[in-house]
Amino acid sequence: MWFAYCCSVRTNASSHPYAVEVEGLVVQYDQITAVNSVSFAARTGKVTVILGSNGAGKTSTLEVCEGFRRPTSGSVRVLGFDPLHERGALNQHMGVMLQDGGVYPSSRVGEVIDHYCALYGNRMVAKDLVERVGLTHRQSSTWRRLSGGEKQRLSLALALAAKPDIAFLDEPTAGVDVEGREMIRDVVRELSSSGCTVIMATHELDEAERCADDVIVFHQAAIVASGTLQSLRQGHDEIRFTTERGIDPVALSAHIGTTVVQDGADYVVAGTSDARIIGLISDWLAEQHQGLDNLRAGSQRLEEIFRRLTQRSKS
Amino acid sequence: MSVLLAQLKSELRVIARNGEQLLVIIGIPTILLVFFSQVDVLPRGDQNAVDFLLPGILALAVMSTAMVSLGIATGFERSYGVLKRLGATPLGTQRLVLAKCLAVVLVEVVQLLVLVGVGLILGWRGDLGAVAPVVGAVLLGTLAFAGIGLTLAGTLRGEVNLAAQNGLYLVLLLIGGIMFPLDSLPSWLQTPAELLPSSALADVMRGALTDTSLNGGAAWIVLAVWALVAPTAAAKLFRWQ
Repeated sequence: MWFAYCCSVRTNASSHPYAVEVEGLVVQYDQITAVNSVSFAARTGKVTVILGSNGAGKTSTLEVCEGFRRPTSGSVRVLGFDPLHERGALNQHMGVMLQDGGVYPSSRVGEVIDHYCALYGNRMVAKDLVERVGLTHRQSSTWRRLSGGEKQRLSLALALAAKPDIAFLDEPTAGVDVEGREMIRDVVRELSSSGCTVIMATHELDEAERCADDVIVFHQAAIVASGTLQSLRQGHDEIRFTTERGIDPVALSAHIGTTVVQDGADYVVAGTSDARIIGLISDWLAEQHQGLDNLRAGSQRLEEIFRRLTQRSKS
Repeated sequence: MSVLLAQLKSELRVIARNGEQLLVIIGIPTILLVFFSQVDVLPRGDQNAVDFLLPGILALAVMSTAMVSLGIATGFERSYGVLKRLGATPLGTQRLVLAKCLAVVLVEVVQLLVLVGVGLILGWRGDLGAVAPVVGAVLLGTLAFAGIGLTLAGTLRGEVNLAAQNGLYLVLLLIGGIMFPLDSLPSWLQTPAELLPSSALADVMRGALTDTSLNGGAAWIVLAVWALVAPTAAAKLFRWQ
């Protein structure tokens, strides 16, 4: 467990159930409201994923929590600190991965990681960090010569240099290859299992599904849903299947006594994963001399939940 | 202390890697000193060309490093998000500014050695014994120009900052008492020009290095006011991102 020893520097807030508490947060830029009266709390030591499309208000919220941005109104506490007025104290405990940039283009990978380790009093060994993020072979490369994925790896290493009690990761997997994504997920899990709170903003539902303990869904500057993945999925079971040839969903609906809708190549029965309904579908298809293909039953994928939540918010 | 040293090391590394910065801080002052001491085009009266030029060129060197080089580099750091990223570390604004100022002072020491060396080769006959006033003038000048450079870098967009720093450099070079004596300027421009930090720094440098009969009392006051006001403005107005 590479990160097991990482969270030895603890604040008084670490015993508090919530590492981040946001109440009535509003962020406005001129006439645009980027964050509109948002309230949430992120559990200490857990991975909270802030999910939303581009421009939904994720980064603005994160920037207020990190102390980069003054909120128009509302209150924010991170590890018990006010990020704006107690920034120096918070910075001792916080690791930050920006959405992009943050490094001088002519700086070399090894030098930047060395530099950041020194800024945090060498809590981490630079060589170990370079190795952990898979950049050993790129140590002498400059930032401008790194690929998008390598830049993300370096940014993650800079966040880890803090040996953080709380890590804010803004779109950490954007532009990262499959291997890199797996490494980032491993690091997130290691951080969490060592007691570090991770707040991760992303628009990639797959990442949320793989990493999150809790999910907060942003849409058009507001929160449209929040809770554990399990709670978001609760009551959203479905049966999804395909057939060899097209069928009449209305006729099938009449047979099974619940509505069947077509979604692309799939036929979907929303709100249930009952085996009895699956049996009725199978019988009806057999009568029609049709096979039952690609049958899936259970909780909706986060993608569908997200789509439904954001569509409901629009309507 | 180790945090400050780490940042100082990083600042020096960035300066050493940027060829255009080295050109501005070492190349241009040296070229101007050599060229105008050999080509007799400046209105310097009966004074030896190098004797007149060297104090002004030393003022120019301070201005190049503390204002232009620092200001442009900081402006780019701001647009690259480097300052924002550093803002989330335990470094803090005070240590960042101190590291930048120390880097500037170290570069200025190298500049002074190079330029005085070149001046001596070109026949400069000044007084090298006046170390205290020179050090005082360089420190006040550094504070004043760093304050101006950081105020621009911390408030303007990257490209606008670049243009503003270079534009101001040119204006101060021409009317700021560095290349041309202030009494050769149009009369309406002379008084405002005397209030510029470059004129004040060049005057006190001339007083210390070349013409010890000048005590430069008013120039010292002007320089001290700039050294107080400009960094205060930078501290108030500077934005990390």
